[in-house]
Amino acid sequence: MRADPSEYEFATPGTMRGVLSLLAQDPGEWLPIAGGTDLMVQFSAGILRARKLVSIWNLPELRRIEKFPEEIQIGAGCTYTDLRAHEAVNREFTLLTSAASWTGGIANQNRGTIGGNVVNASPAGDSLPALLVYGAELLLVSVRGERRVPYRTFHIHYRKTQLEPDELIRAICLPRRFSEYYAQARKVGARNAQAIAKLCLAALGRLEDGVVADIRLAMGSVAPVPLRLTETEQIVKGRRIEPTLVRLARMAVASEIRPIDDMRSTARYRAAVAANLVARFLEQLSAGGNKA
Amino acid sequence: MSESPQERGKGEIILTVNGKLVGVRAHAMERLLDVLRHDLGLTGTKEGCGEGECGACAILLDGVLVNSCLIPVFQAIGADIVTIEGLAADGRLRVLQRAFLECGGAQCGICTPGMILAAFHLLSKKPQPTLEEVREGLSGNLCRCTGYMQIFEAVAEAGRRGGMT
Repeated sequence: MRADPSEYEFATPGTMRGVLSLLAQDPGEWLPIAGGTDLMVQFSAGILRARKLVSIWNLPELRRIEKFPEEIQIGAGCTYTDLRAHEAVNREFTLLTSAASWTGGIANQNRGTIGGNVVNASPAGDSLPALLVYGAELLLVSVRGERRVPYRTFHIHYRKTQLEPDELIRAICLPRRFSEYYAQARKVGARNAQAIAKLCLAALGRLEDGVVADIRLAMGSVAPVPLRLTETEQIVKGRRIEPTLVRLARMAVASEIRPIDDMRSTARYRAAVAANLVARFLEQLSAGGNKA
Repeated sequence: MSESPQERGKGEIILTVNGKLVGVRAHAMERLLDVLRHDLGLTGTKEGCGEGECGACAILLDGVLVNSCLIPVFQAIGADIVTIEGLAADGRLRVLQRAFLECGGAQCGICTPGMILAAFHLLSKKPQPTLEEVREGLSGNLCRCTGYMQIFEAVAEAGRRGGMT
């Protein structure tokens, strides 16, 4: 059933202050809309529950990328195109720009925003595993002030987040300490553009004297939320990458993911490919890629 | 004069379409695609999937390629909107459009306006795109007739001939 546009209210305050006071007035009534690449699909399908939308598209406060010595703060309203075009993000956070490059096609990358991907909270969100391994933190803003929460605790359950009804994500903060890591982003899907992932991996690793000094693994579409593979990381950390260890890592991956059968793939296929992706990453890390 | 139920709640909106200011009466959440096609009669912009997957409704908004099925019309106020009708506004085809004709880049025609706009956007950023860049630039546009090769060739040929003119 197609939606009836006459049933919707639409506000364009044009300023951050205006948006936040609207959200505070009637918490839960107004739904922020940025580029519309998720919400307009729901609208057209007649399944968008909110009846009042407030536009946050192109708010200057949300469209900035700021560099600090310790971190880069990416405005939540930055598009995938903005991320791909930004020199420092491209150089230091390749997992994120790789994910941006295979999100939708160019038209959707010109409208879809990083903040939207986080709030939409799909377990298949392309950029989310990258945020997990980079240890991203979110700046959440409301008329009550600003708070900072680690992204890894933000997704509580399937499509549920810690965001309060009067809050917006203002920025995503990425610590600048991973540029020397070997990085690998993989998407397995029907095709790169447009298709939603059957599963995807973001991985960072660093060897010291042949031993895994640090490893950070996250996957999309293998659990109700984007998943950091902490058990697998624990098994690998501090050890040499040898066939026995790769076998143990495969088992750990299989035990900590919770894949399901759905229209895009099966739990069995996802489990097999998830283990393969992690094994491949470990082998390539040990084959010398301390730097990508 | 009393308003019909469909008219209730509509507002007057001024848009800039293909270089001209136009006024329409529309609900804020109407899709830009519908306003272009139904209110302004610009039916060159096609509806394929209606969910941002196929690119048939692609237009330029301030020079940026977007899918008009995903844009509430209120977000297009103040923007410079270019549809396929705006590309050959004086009735003369552009180099890119001629290349599509010559290379067999159009068959049934449904995807063609979106393909042309995606290609135009690509050439505006990369005047001489590689095949890989053409494939990526057009990856959000689906075609069920050509198998894509003639389309890619048309865009590459337009690049060789100086593209944007």
